[in-house]
Amino acid sequence: MNTFQVAGQTIDVTAFRKELCDPGCGAYVQFEGWVRDHNEGQQVLRLEYEVYAPLAIKEGQRIIEEAMTRFGLSHAAAIHRSGVLNLTDIAVIVGAASAHRAAAFEGCRYIIDQVKTRLPIWKKEHYASGAAEWVNCQRCAEAAHSHA
Amino acid sequence: MKVDVRYFAAFREATGIASEALETGAATAAALFAECAKRHPQLQSHAASLVAINDEMAAWEQPLADGDVVLFFPPVAGG
Repeated sequence: MNTFQVAGQTIDVTAFRKELCDPGCGAYVQFEGWVRDHNEGQQVLRLEYEVYAPLAIKEGQRIIEEAMTRFGLSHAAAIHRSGVLNLTDIAVIVGAASAHRAAAFEGCRYIIDQVKTRLPIWKKEHYASGAAEWVNCQRCAEAAHSHA
Repeated sequence: MKVDVRYFAAFREATGIASEALETGAATAAALFAECAKRHPQLQSHAASLVAINDEMAAWEQPLADGDVVLFFPPVAGG
């Protein structure tokens, strides 16, 4: 509970949610990031995530702890996939549980936003054309720039 | 001083190597990146990238020490 993990295999959503379940919480917000079939006009067939796990886990854990403190969450956790993913697979899952809904929504949003900009994770898209490219998220790039 | 440099994702593919040991006089991570970009002109600007030193996220202006392992991360794209 309250951990950030990297998974090489399909994420078990039921088990993830169960870990965060708590009778003291009246609200639970869960975000799932899915593999989408298109990006910037290209038809996407599958994705490949490269994760530098030693640092992703350490920094991911910090993000979870920040969210818990900042929003007063009772529980929070996230799992990010590595390796090859197919369409509709879950790439990332975030859960935030709290006494009331506002904190759960805000905490969940904070975690996914931070995960996208701070963790050493890279996404390669494989297209129907046969080409493959590392995705360069502009918003993330700007955040990284200001971080530096 | 001697440092180990590691390249990830697009940087690894651009340089064709995952790591290299360098003798450098670079005072900061940014200066070291500039040196590496001279060796490998295909490396992009570090502006949108992240750097870690000895498995901790670092600022580009962080001073380097002998034996440091410097990780160059191209723009990240989690989620």
